[in-house]
Amino acid sequence: MKDLPVSLICVLDQIPIGVCIIGRDRGIVFMNRALEAITGFSTEQCAGLPCSHVLRFNKCLENCPVDRDESRERCVLEGDIINQENQKIPVRVTFASLIDESGEISAYVETIDDLRQARVIDPARINPFSSGRIVGRCPQMEKILQFLPVIAQSEAPVVITGQIGTGKDLLAEELHHASLRANSPFITFHCGALPDSLAESELFGVAKDTFTGVVKKPGKFRLAHKGTLYIAEVGDLAPLLQTKLLNSLDEKIIYPIGSAKSVPVDVRIIAATSRDLGQMVQDGTFRSELYFRLNALSLHLPPLKERGEDRRLLMDHFMRAHASLLNKPVTGFSDACLEKLLEYGYPGNILELKHIVEYAVSLCRTEQIELRDLPAYLTEDFAGLDAKSPVSAEQPPPKGGAGRQGDWSALEHQMIMDALLEANGRRGKAARLLGWGRSTLWRKMKHYRIGFE
Amino acid sequence: MKKVLLVLDGNDIAPRFDLAMEVAVVCLDGDEKPAEKKDIVLARPSSEALCELVASENVHAVICGGIEKDYIQYLAWKDVSVVHSVMGPAGIALSRFQTGTLKSGDILFEKRKV
Repeated sequence: MKDLPVSLICVLDQIPIGVCIIGRDRGIVFMNRALEAITGFSTEQCAGLPCSHVLRFNKCLENCPVDRDESRERCVLEGDIINQENQKIPVRVTFASLIDESGEISAYVETIDDLRQARVIDPARINPFSSGRIVGRCPQMEKILQFLPVIAQSEAPVVITGQIGTGKDLLAEELHHASLRANSPFITFHCGALPDSLAESELFGVAKDTFTGVVKKPGKFRLAHKGTLYIAEVGDLAPLLQTKLLNSLDEKIIYPIGSAKSVPVDVRIIAATSRDLGQMVQDGTFRSELYFRLNALSLHLPPLKERGEDRRLLMDHFMRAHASLLNKPVTGFSDACLEKLLEYGYPGNILELKHIVEYAVSLCRTEQIELRDLPAYLTEDFAGLDAKSPVSAEQPPPKGGAGRQGDWSALEHQMIMDALLEANGRRGKAARLLGWGRSTLWRKMKHYRIGFE
Repeated sequence: MKKVLLVLDGNDIAPRFDLAMEVAVVCLDGDEKPAEKKDIVLARPSSEALCELVASENVHAVICGGIEKDYIQYLAWKDVSVVHSVMGPAGIALSRFQTGTLKSGDILFEKRKV
């Protein structure tokens, strides 16, 4: 690292694919900024550590290129890595030895190409009614897909609103891929997932140690430099962080924790929320300046129940995708099954539909998905949520009566708490009481952070 | 008695949960001291097989390297705590776990000078 001229490091940092220099002892010497974004580790954190533990590339772990007889020759390997955020990322790695003047191997260099974007535009996956991975042809979705390229080309912040499971994360990714920043990192930050103190360090990073000079944590802003930072559930952001985020948006600089020195960042912000930010501003729980700053461009994703024919389109899409993944000859739904699926209300929106179809395809033993293949909570009558009636998911809650999303969420939260109390904390029994599958209960408990504190 | 499963690659914590071939199941007594250790070699690397092993051995905690989010969530659902993204020797990881100072993302390797 010390021997590298500073200018070379700057050049490597500007390359949009990951570059890693590995010493002869297989210790990490240098990772460029693109690779830091892919792996989530910084060079300072990882310098000197075994490359296999930092990159976690499956092909290297199975058969390390250094151990091969032809290690002097360049080789290209396709596989996957698991990054610091526990995501499995498909990558193409080009491995080469660096030979010095005496003909000896002095180091190794790897370039790591993130294939997620390439997989998105795989021609085999193109759907006539989709943009990238977004499927839909109802009027609301058509409007969104029509505006998507225009909004993507803008540098202004975007706010995506919509209920849980409507595809906000996917839309954010599509906006990034259609933007001029597509070859730069797309970094995700979930506001609700971390306690405030930890969220601040995750977002803005922790400054260099005064004595060792080591950057303790780069932070999402720095990882997303030149790219896009997607802030999910921005409505859950703590007031202090709202102020800090507003300052970063205005000044285009961040102050890592423990430092008074600013760090310039060039990041486009895409925020998403399932809450009513306008109402939160009125209630004084969300800063109005931040709201107006973020809300330059806004997109609203409709709930699945309002997407009409898209339900059928999405069912077929998920059925084909999952059948192909499992190599199953499933070609469609029986009439009874179709009727059941079309009359259901989908309070969990597309996410719930996807899980239902995946479950049905997994269980299906014939070419057609039958009623018996559907999750039990759809086909059996329960005292809790009435699976038969789509109205049950839309009805205004009996308590409060205002009919807002917040009230419905509060009611659902209360229903889960009541069921858990009645079941003495046993989730299986609570799920049965609610008329849900265990996984649905678990997902909703996670959403409301019940037992996940 | 608390059971801890360490996902191994030789003497170190394995870089990846899904590619590990060996694990150690350590029983800790009331004073958090190792009372019993069992080494298990898997027939093939598989996250699902490891999750089954965790369930069948009634393990309370898993110490591992990189692991997909889905498996962390699955194990959490099964009331198994997962200390993930740990890099370093398994012995040090276990000692830290016993003293309650091991956390996800800990780097326990002695850094080589670059």
